[in-house]
Amino acid sequence: MWLTNSSVGRKVVMSVTGLFLILFLTFHALMNAVALISLDAYEAVCEFLGANWYALLGTAILAGGFVLHIIYAFWLTLQNKRARGNDAYTVTARPKSVEWASQNMLVLGLIVLCFLVLHLFHFWAKMQLPEMLGDEISALRGKEALELAFSQLWVLPVYLVGFCAIWFHITHGFWSAFQTLGTTNDKWIERFKCIGWWWATIVMLLFAVEACYFTWFFAL
Amino acid sequence: METNISFKLKVWRQAGPKEKGHFETYEMSDIPTDTSFLEMLDILNEQLVEKGEEPVAFDHDCREGICGMCSLYINGHPHGPATGATTCQLYMRRFHDGDTITVEPWRSAAFPIIRDLMVNRNAFDQIQQAGGYVSFNTGGAQDANALPISKVAADEAMDSASCIGCGACVAACKNGSAMLFVSAKVSQFALLPQGKVEAKRRVKAMLAKMDELGFGNCTNTGACAAECPKNIKLSNIARLNREFLCAKCSD
Repeated sequence: MWLTNSSVGRKVVMSVTGLFLILFLTFHALMNAVALISLDAYEAVCEFLGANWYALLGTAILAGGFVLHIIYAFWLTLQNKRARGNDAYTVTARPKSVEWASQNMLVLGLIVLCFLVLHLFHFWAKMQLPEMLGDEISALRGKEALELAFSQLWVLPVYLVGFCAIWFHITHGFWSAFQTLGTTNDKWIERFKCIGWWWATIVMLLFAVEACYFTWFFAL
Repeated sequence: METNISFKLKVWRQAGPKEKGHFETYEMSDIPTDTSFLEMLDILNEQLVEKGEEPVAFDHDCREGICGMCSLYINGHPHGPATGATTCQLYMRRFHDGDTITVEPWRSAAFPIIRDLMVNRNAFDQIQQAGGYVSFNTGGAQDANALPISKVAADEAMDSASCIGCGACVAACKNGSAMLFVSAKVSQFALLPQGKVEAKRRVKAMLAKMDELGFGNCTNTGACAAECPKNIKLSNIARLNREFLCAKCSD
């Protein structure tokens, strides 16, 4: 199977899952934004994405995307470490055109993973999970979960660190995905870099504004 | 204007492929700045031979930047601090009096060290042998211009063909990936009608050989293109990916 045997095939899996996760993040940020306008409307969104068959199917596909992306990341990194050899260079220099994020995707990914676990614990484990297990009574509603998480002041800085890591991760990941899929050329490499930068900045800024607003609303 | 500089030279010494290597520091004094880097190493070797020590082994051949033989990792850069130039085109005027210059071999699992600063780049030959050529029975030679080729495609193919296969891309890459080399070799044919005939077979064979020889996976950091002495562009890698995906889809 060329998606596992060939180096380009493995990268295609990384790029397709990565783009899928960027798309998910975009929808996530937009759905959170509903709570900025009206908490009742946000409640309706949460209701819609409860433990229905379509929401569960979506969650399963999303989880699959995350798992594939993470497993392939470790696999590729291990292979790359082996290809580099045992002796490291004594003196190294990063050329100007090489982005810092591009050389630190695994570290950034690990920070994002830690943030993801915390975030799932804050929301998914208290909303969809109990509902899935048939415990409808202890399942929190959207507003309750928001209040429980953001009424604690330490949550905001931790979330902001997570957002920063995701921002760095996407600024490289976005154009890199299109490069791997072979859709770029001299002109489009720069264009995808620009689009990726703006996309990451707008989406992550929206998340940051939302987190700040919830903290102000529930904790202050 | 020519001046003389003195500096410390930290050189990787390794007696053989299986031996343990180490850095040796040499004091170089009064080296004219118009000396090329390789000539400076020649001066060092003369001094070492006079003292009865083993000279430093390093690869070199044409010394005019076209053969791709010279291969030193100098102060954190393949082919040293100059851009768009090979080690043999690097002059001592790039350095200053009192500097410490660190010289290492290419470090990659696919390029094992032979001795000191020499590495075995036979892996590149094997990738070329897997498909980096055009093979057909042409019969008599065609008239010139019988096959119209656009200026854009001709220029791109020529730029890609300027790869000298020195391995700086692999040395620069944190993943030890050979994608820039393979993509240049694939591109120079894929862009021309003569190369399109075997394009699918070629890209699959060369990529499979690259993977088999233990090169890493490309993560698009772009260090290869930034350090390439022939300024091979990153868009070649996109073309390689595109050619490979098209070939796989049409299987």
